[in-house]
Amino acid sequence: MEHYNMNLTLKVWRQKSSKEQGRFETYQVSDISSEMSFLEMIDVLNERLIKEGKDPIAFDHDCREGICGACSMYINGRPHGPWHANTTCQLHMRAYKDGDTIVVEPWRANSFPVIKDLVVDRTAFDRIVQAGGYISVNTGNAVDANAMLIEKDKADAAFAAAACIGCGACVAACKNSSAMLFLSAKVSHLALLPQGEPERKSRVLNMVQQMDKEGFGSCTFTEACEAVCPKEISVTNISRLNKEYIIAGLTEDK
Amino acid sequence: MKWSAFFTSSVGKKLVMAFTGLFLISFLIVHAGINACIWADLVDDSDNGEMFNKAAHFMGSSYVIRIMEIGLFIGILAHIVQGYMLELQNRARRKQGYQVAMGSKGSAWYRKSMGLLGTLILLFLIIHINNFWVPSRITYASTLGEVTYNNGAPIHDLYTRMLVVFSEPWEVILYIAACFSLAWHLLHGFQSSFRTIGVYNKKYVAMAKGAGVAFSIIISVVFALMPISIYFGWVNNN
Repeated sequence: MEHYNMNLTLKVWRQKSSKEQGRFETYQVSDISSEMSFLEMIDVLNERLIKEGKDPIAFDHDCREGICGACSMYINGRPHGPWHANTTCQLHMRAYKDGDTIVVEPWRANSFPVIKDLVVDRTAFDRIVQAGGYISVNTGNAVDANAMLIEKDKADAAFAAAACIGCGACVAACKNSSAMLFLSAKVSHLALLPQGEPERKSRVLNMVQQMDKEGFGSCTFTEACEAVCPKEISVTNISRLNKEYIIAGLTEDK
Repeated sequence: MKWSAFFTSSVGKKLVMAFTGLFLISFLIVHAGINACIWADLVDDSDNGEMFNKAAHFMGSSYVIRIMEIGLFIGILAHIVQGYMLELQNRARRKQGYQVAMGSKGSAWYRKSMGLLGTLILLFLIIHINNFWVPSRITYASTLGEVTYNNGAPIHDLYTRMLVVFSEPWEVILYIAACFSLAWHLLHGFQSSFRTIGVYNKKYVAMAKGAGVAFSIIISVVFALMPISIYFGWVNNN
């Protein structure tokens, strides 16, 4: 694709802290290369803001190669911008043309309070994982890879679920601010593997309980989460989670 | 796990919606089947609602069915109350909304509008119950006539009640509009309830989706055809 430069109007959510009211600030950016990533475009704007003695826009980012789940911008009405199966850091400016107006907002959910500007607190996800998204093993020598045989289809399905990077786009897109796609990916990942078997029931019950404590909504299968997930996690996992919950809830005594 | 905890978690509340929804779907099949008896007139000109009146009489004649009727009302109430509670709770999960809404990107409008569609159906139900259930169970002495078939005991003439109600154009339009709401509500609700109760195998999800589309359309068309066929005189035209 041919390279081109563009001038854009950005409307970015600015909020000094979680306690203060935020508002949209409008910025004009010029000579933005079509080969830049979206975050590089924000970097260019931030450098200018710093030179002007203004507060740069705070935003989450880490790997900038689409695998860490840190970037979290809601761009023109869609988490991670217009491209399918994509993170904000991998969104490139060729998605836009000269003269476009782009509205950038943070994830919106009570469970993801804004810390500053576009940065939200996603530690609720960490606490959900801490409630059961692991297996308990005594560490020691690495076990031989063939000691526990796993069916290829199951391994693939578990891997597809494990691809979840916990970015929170599912919550941001869901009308109920539900974290079920995230939770179901974590539960499915381990429920599909023999290593996850011993804690299978307590895991799902504890994780659902923690999710509810964090104040996420219920799943109504609108499938908006699947549509925006950068890792294409399937809503099939949510049905699997429900099955795991029913079996565990009906058979566990505690 | 305690039952109370099981049914009050975010997943448990949805299970209540799914189970009551599936129960109401099974009721729709019975309801449509009984009402379809009005079309006996199409094949037998002398029927004049006899088959329908007898079927409707049967639905109120035994204690077993009357007890099931109480179960039905409990199911409807549970579905309505839980539905509204979930809708309000879910809406409250995002106090500050977005400047640019996601709209229908990735999710069809009716999937996100179950509360609205359910409310429309509820408003219709109030009128519908007032039209038929109240006369047949409570105010029959003053609102319903009686008919006698084959020298048997006299039974309520609900068929004539239908002819009266569906002679009003606004009632016919209201019933057709309600059928549209029902179709869209079922289009999401049917397959979604199966997935909520844990059906995840691809082949069964595909079956639930396919059956859901077919059921939503067929049941709504069957119900809509009742007021239409009476209004246009397709039945009882003699």
